[in-house]
Amino acid sequence: MAEAALDAHEHPETNTGMSNSKLALWVFLGSECLLFGGLISTYLLYRNETNGGPTASDVFEIPFTSVSSFVLLLSSLTMVLALSALRRGDETRNRIWLLTTAMLGAVFVGGQVYEFTAFLREGLGFTTSPFSSAFYTLTGFHGVHVSVGIVMLMSLVVVSLKGDLSKERAETVELIGLYWHFVDVVWIFIFTVVYLTV
Amino acid sequence: MAITEEATKELTKGDAVAATVEQPLGILTRPTSTKGWKSWLTTVDHKRIGILYGGAALLFFVLGGLEALAMRIQLATPNGTFLSAETYNQVFTMHGVTMIFLVAMPMAAAFANYLIPLQIGARDVAFPRLNALSFWIFLGGGLFLVSSQFIGGWWSNAPDCGWFCYQPNGGVIFSPSRGVDYYAIGLQITGIASLISAVNLIVTCLNMRTRGMSMFRMPVLTWMLLVTQFLLLFAIPVITVGLFLLMFARLFDAQFFNVAAGAEPLLWQHLFWIFGHPEVYILVLPAFGIVSEVIPTFSRKPIFGYSFMVFSGIAIGFMGWGVWAHHMFASGLGPISVAAFSLSTMFIAVPTGVKILNWLATMWGGKLTFNTPMLFAVAVVSMFTIGGLSGVTHAMAAVDTQQTDTYYIVAHFHYVVFGGIINGLFAGFYFWWPKVFGYKLNEKLGKTNFWLMIIGMNLTFGPMHILGLQGMSRRYYTYSGGYGFELWNMVVSIGAFTIALGVLTFIINIFYSKRKAAELPPVGPDPWDSRSLEWMISSPPPDHNFDEPIDVHGLDEFWHRKYGYDDDGKVIAFATAAEVAQTGDRTDVHLPSPSYWPIVVATGLPIIGYGLIYSLWLCVVGGLFVVTGLFGWAQEPADDPNAVHDDHDEPGDDGDDAQGASALEQSSTEEMSVDG
Amino acid sequence: MTETATTVEAEVERHDEHDHPSDRSYVGVAAVLGLITAAEVLTYFFDVGPFLIPALMVMMTAKFFIVAAYFMHLKQDIPLFSGFFVGGIALASIVYITMLTTFEFWDSFDF
Repeated sequence: MAEAALDAHEHPETNTGMSNSKLALWVFLGSECLLFGGLISTYLLYRNETNGGPTASDVFEIPFTSVSSFVLLLSSLTMVLALSALRRGDETRNRIWLLTTAMLGAVFVGGQVYEFTAFLREGLGFTTSPFSSAFYTLTGFHGVHVSVGIVMLMSLVVVSLKGDLSKERAETVELIGLYWHFVDVVWIFIFTVVYLTV
Repeated sequence: MAITEEATKELTKGDAVAATVEQPLGILTRPTSTKGWKSWLTTVDHKRIGILYGGAALLFFVLGGLEALAMRIQLATPNGTFLSAETYNQVFTMHGVTMIFLVAMPMAAAFANYLIPLQIGARDVAFPRLNALSFWIFLGGGLFLVSSQFIGGWWSNAPDCGWFCYQPNGGVIFSPSRGVDYYAIGLQITGIASLISAVNLIVTCLNMRTRGMSMFRMPVLTWMLLVTQFLLLFAIPVITVGLFLLMFARLFDAQFFNVAAGAEPLLWQHLFWIFGHPEVYILVLPAFGIVSEVIPTFSRKPIFGYSFMVFSGIAIGFMGWGVWAHHMFASGLGPISVAAFSLSTMFIAVPTGVKILNWLATMWGGKLTFNTPMLFAVAVVSMFTIGGLSGVTHAMAAVDTQQTDTYYIVAHFHYVVFGGIINGLFAGFYFWWPKVFGYKLNEKLGKTNFWLMIIGMNLTFGPMHILGLQGMSRRYYTYSGGYGFELWNMVVSIGAFTIALGVLTFIINIFYSKRKAAELPPVGPDPWDSRSLEWMISSPPPDHNFDEPIDVHGLDEFWHRKYGYDDDGKVIAFATAAEVAQTGDRTDVHLPSPSYWPIVVATGLPIIGYGLIYSLWLCVVGGLFVVTGLFGWAQEPADDPNAVHDDHDEPGDDGDDAQGASALEQSSTEEMSVDG
Repeated sequence: MTETATTVEAEVERHDEHDHPSDRSYVGVAAVLGLITAAEVLTYFFDVGPFLIPALMVMMTAKFFIVAAYFMHLKQDIPLFSGFFVGGIALASIVYITMLTTFEFWDSFDF
C-alpha cells in the first residue's frame, strides 16, 4: 500500500505517507507503555506490603482523586478543541484552549501535590514501606510527565503569541496533544488500578 | 577517524574558527563548517556519527580488554595477588558493563548509523540532530561510568555488584561505595541514548526508503538492525524502570528491595532479565546481519532464503521476550515457571538454527573467497554455533542449576559474545573499512589478526567449559591450588593475551594500511564486487550520499545492475561497478546543518548524574545545560524532514570536485549548500 | 497498481484535509468518558460485590479505547500507529503479567 502511494508521487514525502515526527512520536509512545507498565507492576506487587505503615485504604481519598481524574479528562477535551481550532485557522481560540489545557494540567498536578502532603501527614513517607515507595514513584513519575506536558503547552502558547503557530504548523500541536492524551490514558489506568481497586 | 583528522590539518584555519573568535556572544550560533575537529562536535551527518560511535566503542573495547587481562593475570596461578578481592569485584563488573553497554551496543550502533541510510538509499537518518544527540549522550554516559574508576580513588568507587547487579547485593548495605550509583545512573544515561537512536532508526527504515525499496527489498543487515532497534525500543524502558528503582533505593532509601520491609529482591532480577534477554539479541542480531552481507559477497551467491532470514530474525525478536526467566532457574521460581521457560528457551534455538543453516546453504556450491572479512564471518557461524549449543544445555533446568554461576556459564556467553558478536563486528570492520575510509585493511595483517583472535578465543573460553564442570565458580577473585584448576586457568590466561595480540594487530593494521594506501590504486566504489546500495557510491561516500535517488527494482539491486543471466541461466556481467556507480560529485544538495545543541544537551546529563551522587547543586548546573540546550534547539529552524529528501535543483556552484579517491575526498564537498 | 495508487493517494488526501470530527462530536466523546468515569467512581460508594474488579477493568478498557480511537484519532490514522501502541501495551501486559504470575500475585484475589 505504501509502495503504491510511493510510485504515484513524483517526489514521495515519506514511505508511509505520515510525517517522520508523527511516526517517531508513536514509536516513542509504544516504548513508554513498557516504562509505565514496569512501574505499575512494581506498585501492584507491593500494594499490600505496607511494612506496618498506613495502607492504601487508610490514606486514599477517592472523592478527591475522582475530581482530579475528571480535571485531567477534561483537559484532553480542551486539547482536541485546541487542535481543532488551529486546523480551522482560528489562532486565538487555539491559544485559549491550549492555555486552558495547561491550566487544567496544573490543577491536576497541584491536586497531586496536595494529596502527597496529605498522605505524608498521615504517616505515609516515601521510605515507609515498599507500598509507599512504589506509590510515590509511580504517581510522581506520572506527575512529571504531566508537568513536562504543561511546559510544552506553555511553550506553544508563547510561540502562538509571537504569531508563529499558524494552521500550517498544526502538526506540532497535534503531536503534543498525542503526548497529552497518552498521559491521560496512563492516568485512566492508574486511577482504576491504583485507586479504585483498593 | 584518523584520516579525517589528518585531512583537516590544513583546512582548520577556515571560517568556522575565525567566526567564533570574532563573535564571542554568538559562540553557539549555528555552525556551518564541515571541516576541522570542531565540525566533529557539531556534525549531524549519519556517516560521521557512525564513525564517532565506532571510534568511541573501540576505545572502550581496549579499556574493557585491559580489565579482562588484569583478571587473567590475577587468575593465572592459584592464590594470585595482582588484584585485591575488592578491586577484582570492580574489575569484573566494569569489564561486563563496558563490553556490553559501551562496546557491543555502540559498535552495532556504528554500523546501524553508517549503513542503514546507505542501504535503503536515503540522504540521512530521519532526525539528524537527534542522531547526534544519541551519540553524545552515549559518550557522556560511558565516560561517566568509566570515571567511577578514578573519581574518589583509583578503583575504589567503581560498581562491584556484577553486570546484572542482583539485589540486595547491590544495595547500600552490601555495596557501600558509590559504584552502584554510577552503574544505575550511567546505564540510565546510555539507555536514553539507545532509546532516541532506536526511535530515529525505526522511523528512518519505515519512512525514508528510496523509490522501489520495499521492506522486503532491504538488505538483511538493515532488517536485523531494524529488529534490533525494536528490541531496544521495548527493552530499554524495562531496565530503566529497574535502574530507577535501584537509584531511588540507594539514594533516597526507597524500600523496593528491602526484604525486611517486605520487598521482593527478585523484582530486580525479573526487570533486569526481561531487558537482559532481548539484550542478548540486541547484541547478536547486528552481527548476524553483518555475516548475512559478507557471506553472499564472498560466496558469489545471493543469500539463501532471504525471507527465511528476515522472518527468523523477526521471530527471534518476538521469542526473545519469552525466555528471560531461564537466567533465574536457580532463584526458586517454582516448577511451572521453570518448565514453561525451559520449553520456550528450547524453541528459540529454532530460528537461530534457521540462520545457521541458511548461511551454510549460501556458502554451499558458491565460489568461496577466504579473505579476512569472510574468515571472521565463518568464525561467527562456527563459534556462535558452539555458544548456541552450550546455551541449549542451560535450557534444561536440572543441568542449569548445576551450571549456574560456574565458569561453564562464562564459557557459554563468551562463545556467544566473542565468537558471535565480536567476530561479526570485526568481519564488518574489514568488510566496510574501504567504504568508510577509502582504503582496504591489509590482508596479511588481517589474517594474522584473525588467527590470533580465533585461536586466542578458543584457548580462553574453551577450557572455561571444563573449569565450570569441575566446579570452579565465577567471580571468585582467587582459588587454592590442588583442585585441578591450575592447568586450565593458565591456558585461559595465555589465550586472553593471544586475543590481546590479535586486537593489537588490528590497531596496527589500521595505521599501517592507511600509510600504505597512498601507494596503492584507489579502492573504487565496489572493492568486493558486492550487492547492496552502499557500494554504488564512491568510497568514502560524499556527504550527500547519493547524487540521484536510486530506483530499486529488486533485492540486491546493485548486483543486478552489474550482472544478469543468459538464456542458459548462467551469470553474465554486463556492466562494471564503475559504470553503474554514482560519481558523488553533485554539489547542490540540500543537507541538514550541523548544530551545537546536541552536545550541549548531552553534557548536562552526566553532570546531573554527578549531582545525584555528590551534591544536588550540580543537578542544577546539569539541568541548566539541558534546558539551555533544548531551548536553543527549539529556536533553531526546525529540522524539516523533507530537507533530506528534497533535491533543490538550484544551479550548482562548481566547487571543488576533486575526485581523488584518497581519504581526503571526505572533505571535498565543502561547497555544499547548507540548510539555513 | 495505478488504481490502488490513486485510491491510496485519495485516502491520504482525505485524512489530511477533511476527515476531522467536529467539535461537537469531541464534546460528545468527552461526555461518554465522563459518564464512564462517574460509573467507576460510583463503585466506590456502592458495593458491587465480586463484580467490582471485572467491572472496573471493562470500564477502564473502554475509556482507554475511546481516548485512543477518538482523541488520539487512531481510528483515522494508518494502522501502523495503532500497531505501535497496541504492540507496546500487549508486550507490556504479557511480560509483566507473566512476571506477576511468577510472584503468585493472583493468589491474593478470590476469583
